[in-house]
Amino acid sequence: MNEELKNGIGEIFTDVDPDKQREYFRNKPKKMIPKLSTIKDVVEKYVQDGIYIAIGGFGGVRIPTAILHEIVRQKKKNLGFSGHVATHDCQILAAGECFDRVDIAYVVGLEARGLSRNARRVFESGKLKVTEWSNAALSWRYKAAAMGLPFLPIRSMLGTDTYKYSAAKEIICPFTGKKLAAVPALYPDVAFIHVHRCDVYGNAQVDGIIVADDDIAKASKHVIITTEKIISNDEIRREPNRTLIPYWLVDAVIEVPFGSYPGNMPGEYFSDEEHLAEWLQAEQDPEKFKEFLDKYIYNTKDFYEYLQLNGGIEKMIKLRQKELLIG
Amino acid sequence: MEKYNSMELMITIAARNLEDGAVVVVGTGAPCAAAMLAQMTKSPNLTIMFEAGGIGPILPTMPISVGDSRTTHKGLKATTMAEIMEYCQAGMVDYCFLGGAQIDKYGNLNSTMIGDNYYKPKTRFPGSGGANDLASLTWRTMVMTPQNNKRFVEKCDFVTSPGYLNGGNSRYDAGLPLGTGPYKVITDIGVYGYHPETKQMMLLSLHVGKTLDDIKNNTGFEMLIPEKYDITEEPTDEELRILREKVDPMRLIIGRV
Repeated sequence: MNEELKNGIGEIFTDVDPDKQREYFRNKPKKMIPKLSTIKDVVEKYVQDGIYIAIGGFGGVRIPTAILHEIVRQKKKNLGFSGHVATHDCQILAAGECFDRVDIAYVVGLEARGLSRNARRVFESGKLKVTEWSNAALSWRYKAAAMGLPFLPIRSMLGTDTYKYSAAKEIICPFTGKKLAAVPALYPDVAFIHVHRCDVYGNAQVDGIIVADDDIAKASKHVIITTEKIISNDEIRREPNRTLIPYWLVDAVIEVPFGSYPGNMPGEYFSDEEHLAEWLQAEQDPEKFKEFLDKYIYNTKDFYEYLQLNGGIEKMIKLRQKELLIG
Repeated sequence: MEKYNSMELMITIAARNLEDGAVVVVGTGAPCAAAMLAQMTKSPNLTIMFEAGGIGPILPTMPISVGDSRTTHKGLKATTMAEIMEYCQAGMVDYCFLGGAQIDKYGNLNSTMIGDNYYKPKTRFPGSGGANDLASLTWRTMVMTPQNNKRFVEKCDFVTSPGYLNGGNSRYDAGLPLGTGPYKVITDIGVYGYHPETKQMMLLSLHVGKTLDDIKNNTGFEMLIPEKYDITEEPTDEELRILREKVDPMRLIIGRV
């Protein structure tokens, strides 16, 4: 194995130096103070055009929909975006043409539901800067950042075009001589994560799968939590083993019941498959899609108006019953 | 009327390949149906994992997302994607099921794009998701797919997930874990494996009613046809009953032919 080591030719969109991050985190306030805010305010304050964002959950499961809509509504542009299992979240941001560079592990698809025609249009335009990865590579890029490291060595992606168009670098293990792929730490500027429960300080609990949210929260300079409900600090302290994200990682907390709608929220409500199908259908015709976006995002004041348009509390009860396999 | 359709056949064959006690990572759709059928027939102790973090669920219905609530229903653990992938990287996961827009004779898969310019694709697909990792790190990769010469190509426009790369030893020379790789390809025409040395795709068994010409007409590369190959064993009444009544009563997958 004397052949030359190959580097991926993709671009790294975020700074990899852990000492810069250490310096940042040294100075980030760590006082346990109340951080309640509003969707409008956090998007105004934390989402400057051009920053790099990460979205928690799994594309259409436990996603911060209210934030995503607000980013589109406030017409944020030129964002960097981590396309780590990005399905409906990617679809929303693509609708607003909010990003101009994307780390891709999974985009444009909505899994078994099909492909988003509009997201495809955006990704096929040639206007985006893109770097290719796999899901594990992006998970481990977050993990490297969460560990305060500049990279992690991994054993996937090697030998493929996914590797070629990534920004990974081949290295030789100093212990075994084996070839490995070094993936650079991913430190997003802002992460948005929807959770089941959180106190006013930002101590957050999640039910069901975690995906990468523990590491995303540790890796990101700012973390914004939307939560199904606010709970007391006493409740957090009663079962500290349930805390996924501790308060000092978190910059703001917003209570958004049904906040993952039309996505699934494990144990709470199932995804609204009819509405997701309506999204995909509307995208077939650009004119119709514009009307669709006006109706559901641009001309709505906030997320609650959107919920109302989709059947409000009655619909939420139905989705809860579906989640719990009732009826 | 036919006794079974091609989707039912493919799912049944896939299920038979999952032995009791094995660990398999599946996605939504047909692979999930195959794993459920295996559990309800010969492999009650098959452990199902989903890349989003679900481990060992008792699936009440077919999931629509590999991360939705069904993937942890009465499960053993709900965890992170990194943890699932680390089990794969540590050699604890036997099988994965993958698909793609294109597959070549070495089992390389394309789920990223069609076209000759990555930066301006003719058609953009989702990309790897977890497919590259599962193909790289689990012991045996299985593919279940309809066969035609648009899909079975001489060369993938983009190698998203590794098969045997350029054949021979190239997969391991690239640094991928020893002993891993494509295992079987199950289509509506036959079941294929790989030549032990050249690692080229090779016929293992032909389905009842199919011919070698069917293979030739639906494969964009030269399929190896050994002197001796089997005729695929047909689904039993019992397998079909369980598949139709318990695994997919809504015909979400098996109705898709």
